[in-house]
Amino acid sequence: MDYSVDVLVVGAGGAGLTAALNAKESGADVLLITKEYPTRSQTCMAQGGINAALGNAGEDSIEAHIANTLKSAHGEADEEAVRFMCSEAPNAVAWLDSIGVCFSRTKDAKIAQRTLGGASAARACYAQDYTGLKILHTLYDRCLSQGIEIQNERVLLELLQDENSCVCGAKILNLRSGEVEIYHAKAIILASGGYSRIYDKNSTNSTASTGDGIAIASRAGAKLVDMEFVQFHPTALKNSSILIGESARGEGGYLLNSKGERFTNELAPRDVVSRAINEEINRGEDIFIDIRHLGEQFIDENLPQERKLAKLYEGVDPVTEIVPIKPVAHYTMGGIEVDHHSQTSLEGLYACGECANHRVHGGNRLGGNALLEIIVFGKEAGLNAAIYAKESQEIKLQTPNDTLVSEILSYENALDFYEAREKIGDMFYKDVGIVRTKEQLESSLEKIESIKANLHKYGVSDRSKKYNSNLVEFLEFRNTLDVCLEVLKGALAREVSCGAHYMSGE
Amino acid sequence: MKIIVKKSDEFIEYEIPLEGATLLEALTYVKTKLDNTLAFSSGCRSSVCGSCSMRVNEREVLACSYKVQDGDRVEPLKNVKVIRDLVVDMDKAYSFNAKASAWLNASSPSVALNDEDEKINELQSDCILCGSCYSACPVYAVNPDFLGPFALTRVWKYVGDRREDGAQEKVTNIQTSGVWDCTLCNECTLVCPQNISSKADIEKLRMKSAQYGFMDPSFASFGGGFGSFDGSPSF
Repeated sequence: MDYSVDVLVVGAGGAGLTAALNAKESGADVLLITKEYPTRSQTCMAQGGINAALGNAGEDSIEAHIANTLKSAHGEADEEAVRFMCSEAPNAVAWLDSIGVCFSRTKDAKIAQRTLGGASAARACYAQDYTGLKILHTLYDRCLSQGIEIQNERVLLELLQDENSCVCGAKILNLRSGEVEIYHAKAIILASGGYSRIYDKNSTNSTASTGDGIAIASRAGAKLVDMEFVQFHPTALKNSSILIGESARGEGGYLLNSKGERFTNELAPRDVVSRAINEEINRGEDIFIDIRHLGEQFIDENLPQERKLAKLYEGVDPVTEIVPIKPVAHYTMGGIEVDHHSQTSLEGLYACGECANHRVHGGNRLGGNALLEIIVFGKEAGLNAAIYAKESQEIKLQTPNDTLVSEILSYENALDFYEAREKIGDMFYKDVGIVRTKEQLESSLEKIESIKANLHKYGVSDRSKKYNSNLVEFLEFRNTLDVCLEVLKGALAREVSCGAHYMSGE
Repeated sequence: MKIIVKKSDEFIEYEIPLEGATLLEALTYVKTKLDNTLAFSSGCRSSVCGSCSMRVNEREVLACSYKVQDGDRVEPLKNVKVIRDLVVDMDKAYSFNAKASAWLNASSPSVALNDEDEKINELQSDCILCGSCYSACPVYAVNPDFLGPFALTRVWKYVGDRREDGAQEKVTNIQTSGVWDCTLCNECTLVCPQNISSKADIEKLRMKSAQYGFMDPSFASFGGGFGSFDGSPSF
């Protein structure tokens, strides 16, 4: 089956849903596709909050928000983009409030705000520690109210381009039927998420964060930028890598080593805290987060999810015990290069959310700025793609044959890609992690290149058409290899430490 | 340990060398090491995305938050089309959210919520749409048009929100195959991984319905019968 639409949005997390709403509001005909379901996107895992200098909990200003963001970015942010994002933040939060997000409130009827790392004020608006979940579900409800068509379980395979390299469609695998379908679109918005899962189990992220959109855009010729910047979140549960959000430290949690000593400023930016923890671990210490002093009532009111997760996945109750943690890959600052209209280097292709790099985070993102980015730039991408679609003629490509899926099905399947995926994840955690050396990066590059050259020796054992998740996981694996290469190339090209990219010996 | 998993139309036994693992870890072990062709859905691993709902020993669980036991029998959710193995098609259950207009109609800009208002629908807004409640619902099992637990909880979330200015319209919209069809059996509450009680939310919606002049149709027909008996309206 073929589809034709003004604006095709790929990815239905917070960025994709916001883009779709705004494109639709501008009069464009919009279709949203996702490889999962919208409410299952990575956005649901964001806990801490969304930054806006509202000053509801003490003095704050947009200028301070800008200054904090630029400082944390280590000179790698675009000041104009940061200024735009921070200035739009109060409008973004007001809009979310107007569509029904259940933010936590103060006694005097204002949106409650908490302090996160690197912020000079209590700036993160939150909904207990379920901020992302509640924003995502409200955006989804809003899309339903606007009659936006959402197709679930559709996997992006390739972008289609006309003779001038303008993006004008996409090849999509319908996971349920196993059919490859062609979507003609005047403009495409990628909102397909980040790539933290290149670290496999050493990541807080959903198994779906495999950088698909980034790899596919790059293959089509789109420029990527700053791919070496990967944020390690200081506090994931030690055994399961499940996130204990920054809200735990924001509300007053301490980090302790095995001797029970505090060893760092818990509210420094994440790159600094992660390196401090890493140093302690290298000295043989185990690291814990301690929120016992906050008390049971406070924890249940403000950090209910943290308590539940620590009990379930680590077997400890943070009300009475300290919780073992380690830093793991959490957010990827790098991504598809976009201009001030959220357009990529390819005409007709827009990007927003974690897959895009609007250069607002630079070398290290501040807690509370990711949810903000998806709302502010999701809107920009939606508006600009709609304008572009309005001005452009529809190009009907001849339906191209699918070769990718049939080619993969013909691979030898002599080597196990699941095993390779796990090994790469562990290698990246060790060698392309919090602290890096040139030698580690070079040896990792060699290994990834070798796996890529031998990709035909891997493959799938499941040959069925219907809901072939073995095939989808292989497609994701193939995407992560390209992303890994870009991360390594970026890391090798950046010899001087900057933010989350830290070269040993400096 | 052994787990028994429904695959296609049969139950397959898998030997898992894991201790203290979640069911999701066990299934991932099967998928990556024993049988690449087993199909199941998963996402966040931390019980917030709602992807991995399924049934173990005939009880709805999230695979990522259930500690697997020797001999567990794992099946897909009930009352829903199975796409393959443990993967079900959630589109129909999700469509009830749209049918029930589960969104904020228009907000009154003058309404500023305080910390008391926050509590009114805090729990309901924790819903992850995992669909366990539809699987456990005996009414939905026999009436495929029943709006069902999570959609009605979502309606309550918005009707209970002081910002909503179209509450009456929303309540009107859920009178048919909605609030009165529920038998208040509480099965949805027992299986909800987020401790939400759709049953309690449906009871609140019934009270709202009564405020707007609606009544239980089974009671109404009973009353109507009485009314015609002595020729005067019963209410």
